[in-house]
Order: sequence, then structure tokens, then C-alpha cells
Amino acid sequence: MALRQCAIYGKGGIGKSTTTQNLVAAMAEAGQKIMIVGCDPKADSTRLILHAKAQNTIMEMAADAGSVEDLELEDVLKTGYADIQCVESGGPEPGVGCAGRGVITAINFLEEEGAYDEGIDFVFYDVLGDVVCGGFAMPIRENKAQEIYIVVSGEMMAMYAANNIAKGIVKYANSGSVRLAGLICNSRNTDREDDLIIALAEKLGTQMIHFIPRDNVVQRAEIRRMTVIEYDPKASQADEYRVLAKKIVENKKFVIPTPITMDELEDLLMEFGILDEEDESIIGKTAEAC
Amino acid sequence: MSQHVDNIKPCYPLFRDDDYRKSLENKRVTVEESHSDQKIKETFEWTTSSEYQELNFQRTALTINPAKACQPLGSVLCALGFEKTLPYVHGSQGCVAYFRSYFNRHFKEPVACVSDSMTEDAAVFGGQKNMYDGLKNAKALYKPKMIAVSTTCMAEVIGDDLNAFIGNAKKEGHIEEDFPVPFAHTPSFVGSHTTGWDNMFEGTLRYFTINKMEDKEVGKNGKINLVPGFETYLGNYRVMHRMMKEMGVDYSILNDPSEVLDTPADGKYRMYSGGTTIEELEDAPNAIDTLLLQPWQLIKTRKYVKGTMKQPASNIAIPMGLEGTDEFLMKVSELTGKPISGSLEKERGRLLDMMTDSHAWLHGKRFALYGDADYVMGMTKFLLELGAEPTDVLCNHANKRWKKAMEAMLGESDYGKNTIVHTSKDLWHMRSLVFTNKPDFLIGNSYGKFIQRDTLAKGKEFEVPLIRIGFPIFDRHHLHRMTTLGYEGAMYILTTLVNSVLERLDDETREMGVTDYSYDLIR
Repeated sequence: MALRQCAIYGKGGIGKSTTTQNLVAAMAEAGQKIMIVGCDPKADSTRLILHAKAQNTIMEMAADAGSVEDLELEDVLKTGYADIQCVESGGPEPGVGCAGRGVITAINFLEEEGAYDEGIDFVFYDVLGDVVCGGFAMPIRENKAQEIYIVVSGEMMAMYAANNIAKGIVKYANSGSVRLAGLICNSRNTDREDDLIIALAEKLGTQMIHFIPRDNVVQRAEIRRMTVIEYDPKASQADEYRVLAKKIVENKKFVIPTPITMDELEDLLMEFGILDEEDESIIGKTAEAC
Repeated sequence: MSQHVDNIKPCYPLFRDDDYRKSLENKRVTVEESHSDQKIKETFEWTTSSEYQELNFQRTALTINPAKACQPLGSVLCALGFEKTLPYVHGSQGCVAYFRSYFNRHFKEPVACVSDSMTEDAAVFGGQKNMYDGLKNAKALYKPKMIAVSTTCMAEVIGDDLNAFIGNAKKEGHIEEDFPVPFAHTPSFVGSHTTGWDNMFEGTLRYFTINKMEDKEVGKNGKINLVPGFETYLGNYRVMHRMMKEMGVDYSILNDPSEVLDTPADGKYRMYSGGTTIEELEDAPNAIDTLLLQPWQLIKTRKYVKGTMKQPASNIAIPMGLEGTDEFLMKVSELTGKPISGSLEKERGRLLDMMTDSHAWLHGKRFALYGDADYVMGMTKFLLELGAEPTDVLCNHANKRWKKAMEAMLGESDYGKNTIVHTSKDLWHMRSLVFTNKPDFLIGNSYGKFIQRDTLAKGKEFEVPLIRIGFPIFDRHHLHRMTTLGYEGAMYILTTLVNSVLERLDDETREMGVTDYSYDLIR
């Protein structure tokens, strides 16, 4: 099977890293060879697989060694649960340097060193929530991830972010082979959440590939730095991730997304009762004036 | 085809030899896939037309030779003007190699300047570590009294903070707390070399004065401060020293690289020589006033002089040409109470005499010119004084206010009525203008020689010779030692202009039996 490269995007705090790691654990359990590339200076994309606090990152080790050229692949690649290969790009402390450049450097390094060559079925890029600059779009540039999954919930800002990410994908999709492959709904238990995300997916021209219900077993596993798949393989939540894994393996629906305008998004939210009808008479009025 | 040891030829005339001509022609025919001579000629002719000029001026997406350089080039020149100061550029190494070779080629002098060589990991983590090691090494190796730090694009894009980095380097003991490290952020993608000069100068002046203003008093030291701006004519520093001395005015030129950029060949290498001392900078707020010799480029400096040093920063134009110098000297006299010296009055008289002597040759001659804002303004003014007609005046980095001031100045003279002022335009625009408006001469830096070549290609009668006044001048020697400011500078400019006119006339009248009735011995 040809190597498939997938990138997971979504609003910060939505559960990208947790979802990704549970998902790949389920895929690996089913016999897939997987690599996770963490593209976030926080470097927390692999801790549940490695049972570690945070893995040594490419950029950290490059800085210690003097330059990226002085690094070897085996220095940066760690193997975790079910032979999942883990690597973190890393980056600077908040407030200094250029995190985007760190992602570019790290991914270039992995490619040059042939990290993807040996019997890998899937690469998953777990990318920092906001695509703030070109560096964080690195995973979806030509010849890298071709399938983008957006983690989303029924909250307004999460959907807003998902729509923005879709806009970003369009830019690269028109000139390359990157496609939107689906929305993963990571439930926050909001009202009619599944219907809402299905409706949003339709507007974006894609699918809600799976609805992951909220379950505290995820948090219990996280405290132990484990995925649910490993911590409690019999839990019903583990099966949810297995279903998601199967759907992604079998996924054929790759589209150039059709992002919607802010007005359309607000209409959608109103339709589902998340946003009230806009009352123009109150705009700009202070508490006193009312 | 091979060279002989007894007769080594450089590429010209070597490539004029038969074997080379054959080889070049063969290459053209067989592998270059070139168009026919006819097609090339047609296209060339089209690029010289007013139809093409119209298209050229609609250009939005491309700059072809902007007639300006980037900020850190200016900051490096500024740093060289302080005593025993090492210019230090925080960022990538290649930029610094470029600044050094640019100045080498102009001044024909070695230029000391270091970089902290940011590499890939520095681009990600920020360049603080480079700054730590760089300051420490540079100080240990090159033993400067001061290190003046500016930045390249790379450091600016990732947002490195010089104030914090230098502060931390001192706190952590990489460099002594009291070692002077003034700094300026100089992003190359903003402004030009003159912005960079202004930033570095203001940063340095601020560094030595901002926390020591309590005991300062305007006028206390009785001096006049002069700020040259991005100035590459070394004679201009020297003429300022001379004029101030002749007037008996106590003064400080607050930036002066004329020694380090003109060191003698006496077997001794001088990494540092001359330059404005720290003491003079510290004493600057005590002066009567600080005069900005290139006011259009010294925006930040003016603000600091007025706002913090509480000096008037009296309005003057660049002291170029007759009136420009008059106004400058009168302002110095007014501020200090010292009369303009007899020697300068005599010098002025000589300039005036020269102007009248050459008037017949310069009157009505048409010049296109380009360069930095203040220089271009001063030169235009002087051309008007000489009765010459500026056709097109181009400055890429100048703003709208400058353009309006230029137009007001031109409007006051009969010789300036038809002049067009261009900002944000480049030398490819100038090329069009030179073809369509056909000035007699083009005044500018070495890059103008390609415009001259192109005009000659159209035909000898279309050729517009380049007169080299500006920066950089790479292809003529020692012109950087000349003077363009003061009466002395006006004499140099006048001599250069009038002799260019006469040389051109000789060129045109040298044809025996055809035009040599005007090939006169006496002009």
C-alpha cells in the first residue's frame, strides 16, 4: 500500500493531540504502520504513545548538536505503543524565535533523512491549532499530507476555526493534491451537535467522518499518559476510535473544500439555535444607555 | 585561443580575436536559441519608444534597479563614523559580506564589519545565543571601544529584540555592563540605506545621552553639532571641518568615517581610525544646536534632537551649491554669533566667478538625475543656479512631502518649469525617460552606465553620457574623495559638469573634414 500522509488541524484546545493519538493507536492495533509528526512547539503530540512527559524534539537536539545536519534520524525517532514511530519538531519558547520555521526545518530534515521510506503506511501530522503563518502550512504543501482532517465540536469558535482552515486548504488545493478528507467531531455535549457538524460538513463539501462522544475514560487514560486503546481496550470509547480508524483507512471522499462566508456560518448557527437572531438596535449601546 | 605568458590579455580585447569571435558566434547560432538580429533590433527599438514608456510606468509588480540599498548598509556606514567602533550586524552572514564588498568597491578600502552568523537553529529559537557569543568574540578579537549593532531581515522577521538580547548579554556577563553597545533595528525590507543610517545614528546618540540628560543644558558648550547623514564623499567631512575652523566656530561632526575610509599605505593596517568620540556624543545635548546636513533622511534623529535634546534642529537644506551653502553658513553664523570668515567670502566669490565663466556652456543644458533625496534636491537646486535645465529628477525612496517641496522649488525657477519629479520609480523607468526626453546628460551613480550603453546602441546621436556623481561609484577611482558640499563642493560639481559638456562637444566635433570646424582649441 502506498504511503498516506494525513494532517490533523483544528482550533487550539479542541483535542487534536488526544484524538490523533487515540486514532493512531487504534490503527496500529489493527496492524497499520504509523508515524506521528508533532508540529507544535509545545511538543505534546506523542506523550500518550511514548508514556513520556515530552519527547526530545528535532529542533532542541539540532540546537544542542550545532546544526540540523549533525542529527541522525535515530536520534529523533522514538518508538512507542504498537510500534508507532514518534517525532516532534519542537520549537522556541513562547515569545522568541520563529516556531513556523522550526516546523519547516524539522519536516525537511525528516524528508531528507528518508524517515518515510521504510514500510510506513500512514504519517499523521499533528499541527498547532492556528495556521498563523507559512510554517504551519508546511504539512499541507506539495508532496506532504494530502488528506486533511479537521477536529471540531459544536461550539461556535471551533466551527469558525474549521471554516478558516478550509480556506487555507483551498489555497494549496488549487495548485496541489491536498484535499479535505473530513471533519472529526470531538463532542462537547452541545445540543444537536452531530446534526450541526453534519450540516457544516455539507456546506464545506465534505463529510463528518465520525462523531466521538465525550467519555471520561479518555481523561483517565491521559493521566496515565496512555491512549484509551492501550489503557482500557474493552471500553466503548476505544471502539469509537476503532470505528474512526476504520473509516479513515477506507476513506475515499477527498474534496477541495467550499468554505462559507461569516454570514452563512452565523445563519447555520442560528438555525441550530446556537446564535440568537441579531438585534441591530443594541449594537454599540452601553449598559447605561439601555 | 590560448594566452601567451608574454602577452596576457584581459577579456577585452581577448574576445575580439578571430578565434573567440568565431567561437562566440558559433555558440550563439548553435545553442543559444536566440532570436534573429532583426527581431532583437525591433524589440530594442520598441523599448525606447514612448509607447513602451507608458507601459513601463504602469508597471506594478517589479523593480529593476531601485537606485537605493537596504537599511543595514546605512547602519554599517554610520557605525564606521564613530571612534574605534566595530559595526556588528545581527543576522545572516551573507548580508554582511555584501555590505563589506559594496563599500570596498566604492571606497577601495577594507571595511571591518562582523556578523553573528545566524543559522537554521537561530532562525527557530531566536538569535540570543549568537548575540552572546558574537559580542564576546568580536570584542576579544577586534578590541573595539564600542560595538554598534544593527540587524538583517532574518532577525527582523522572527522578531529578535536587540534591547533585551544586549541587556541579557551584559547581565549574564558575556560582555561588560559598561561596554558601549548601541543598537538599531534595521529591517532591510523597510525604507532604504538612508533610513538605516538615521536609525543607527539615532540609536547611538540615544544610547549615550538618554539617561544622562539631567546635567545637560542647551548651549552650555557653545558648540554646533553637524550630522552628515548617509554621506560617501569624504571631502564633505573635510570641508565641514575646514569651514567651521575658518569661521572659528566650536563644533562637533557627530559622525565622521573620513579617516577609516581613507587610510594611508604606510605598511600599517588600521582597523579603526578617526571618528567621532563617545565624549563628543555625550556632550552633544550641551550644544547650541544640531544641524542636519541631509534633513530629508534624518527623520528619527530630528525627532530626538528636538524632543529629547530640546535643541531647535534649525531648518536647513543640504549645503550644496551656492544658495544652499550661503544659507547653511548664515545659519551657523546666526546660531554662534560668529561672522562668516573672509576666507569663505573669498571662496564664494571664486565659485561665482567660475559659474559666470562656464555659464555660456551650461546655460540651457538639459540634465536627468537620480539618487538620494537630499543629494538630488541639492543638485537640482545647483543646476537651476547654473542655468541648466533638469528634465527628470528621480528618487526612489523619497516621500510625497519631498516631491511637493521639489516641485515648489522647481516652480520658482524658469529653468525648472518643465522638470518632472519621480518618486518610487527605478532606473528602468529612468531609462525610458532618457530615451523619450533626450536630456544632454544623465547624472547618477555607476549603474547609470548601462543606460548610456543602451542610448548609444540606438545611435550616436541618441547617446546620453553619464556624469558620475552619487553612490556607489564602482567604475571610476577616487571620486569618493571629492567634495560636493560647500562652495568647494560646488566648484567640483561645476568643474565636472562643464568639462563633461566640453568633452562631449569634442567627441562630436572630432570628425576630420566633417565637424572639425568646431573642434576648437579654446572653449
